[in-house]
Amino acid sequence: MATSHKVPLARREAFLLGVLGLCCFLGIWTAIAQLHLASPQFLPTPYAVLARAIHLVSEPFAGATLPLHLLRSLERYGYGVMLAALLGVPLGLGMGWYGWLDHVITPLFDALRFIAPIAWVPFAALWFGTGIGGPILIIFAGAFPPCLIGAYRGARFVDAKYVEAARMLGSGGVRTLIEVLLPASVPSIIAGLRVGAGLGWQSLVGAELIVASAGVGYLMVQGQSNVSTPTVMAGMLAIGAVGLLIDVLLRAAESLVRRRRGLT
Amino acid sequence: MPISRRMIHAGATIGVVLTAWALLTEVTHSISTSRFPSPLQFWQSAKQITTTGYADGTLLSHALHSLKLVIMGFAVAAIIGVALGLLMGWSRRAEAVINPAFLLIRPIPPLAWIPLAILWLGLGDGAKIMVIFFAAFVPAVINTATGVRTIDEHFIEAARMLGTRRRRLVCEVLIPGAAPMIFTGLRLSLQASWTTLVAAELVGALAGLGRVLNMAQQDIYPAMVMVGMAAVGALGWVTTRVLAEAERLAMPWLSP
Repeated sequence: MATSHKVPLARREAFLLGVLGLCCFLGIWTAIAQLHLASPQFLPTPYAVLARAIHLVSEPFAGATLPLHLLRSLERYGYGVMLAALLGVPLGLGMGWYGWLDHVITPLFDALRFIAPIAWVPFAALWFGTGIGGPILIIFAGAFPPCLIGAYRGARFVDAKYVEAARMLGSGGVRTLIEVLLPASVPSIIAGLRVGAGLGWQSLVGAELIVASAGVGYLMVQGQSNVSTPTVMAGMLAIGAVGLLIDVLLRAAESLVRRRRGLT
Repeated sequence: MPISRRMIHAGATIGVVLTAWALLTEVTHSISTSRFPSPLQFWQSAKQITTTGYADGTLLSHALHSLKLVIMGFAVAAIIGVALGLLMGWSRRAEAVINPAFLLIRPIPPLAWIPLAILWLGLGDGAKIMVIFFAAFVPAVINTATGVRTIDEHFIEAARMLGTRRRRLVCEVLIPGAAPMIFTGLRLSLQASWTTLVAAELVGALAGLGRVLNMAQQDIYPAMVMVGMAAVGALGWVTTRVLAEAERLAMPWLSP
């Protein structure tokens, strides 16, 4: 028993303990709500939250149903992350390849890095309005740094013998960049994209809480001003579920790429 | 001499950007100052907020208010999160009980707690601390648990064999062994704390840097927006540096 923490539990025991934990969590929550230790407006039961979420699927709230709000959010999110990837990945590769570009961009990047993405909200609203442009800028601000860093690291740590071989065979700078560096850095780029996609989703929520007129974040803000805790919690549930789904998909893509490369 | 060349390039870049900024806004007026401030406006706004104040306080008072909330929320989350992470890393049973409930909370982005926090606790400091707590809690737990799980078991076996009691085992083997991962988690926690606080203050607050940004946005005052952003970035940088320094002092065996 010296290192009990290394030995996995039997599957059955782990499952039972997990069910026990979940029951405790939901049980305490339900008990507090049912015994009116907190008013139902303050803390609805888990069942009420789920019912509200199902209700929102068909019944519009704050101008649209929950799936439509999600669709609006995903649209902005897609544009923001795509923009971050399209700018961040080539720039990162270029910085890993050309020393002067690295020297020029890095100080600017470092100067902006510590500004929380959400702090771009006032400028986003001022420059691009609250429709789709403003939120896109904030999502971009969240997703861009990991995309750039992933591609940069990928290009910097490419095995030198590939680059040397390409050079020896007479491949030029740009051609080496596209045909050697880019494919060799794909695992690192995908890892960066995954982190960027996660941060972008978080930024989307922040953006929609403040500068949007539709989307899940907006639904939650409206729920909050109507003092409808179940609506707010249903929004949290939806955001968590979609975020999880995005992460699972990108993780699968990442491990697929890594397996194909024989990296693990 | 690659380092000095890098520094020359960096200096030149920043010089060119600052000059272009000044030229485009002050001289050629290609960028409208109603959308993007000029360096002079930035300087004047910085002077205004540090001396006479803006949004009911000087820059220092807003910054201290935000800093106080971050430290309070972060400290509570770090203490509870690291303790829970140690427990989950050490005992497979505890992990099996806690993990499913934890997995329910984990995918919810910290910012999504803001409306709930406002419903429960209003626009005051309590809501901010709650939101920061949830932002900082998750990375602290996950990384601490991973840290404990990856300690070389020889250390634990040796300590056990020498008859070390549980309290000493935790304080002298588990915590130092997991320390690198604990600090990784705390760094992520701290970053999340800042982002979340700024967002929470933007949604609604009575003081703090987020309120400065919010007021400046409503007043359509781009120069003050920029001052607020610079202050957010600077404070984020300072707290990260302080944590890195603490990390170095806490784990002297890792520094060269």
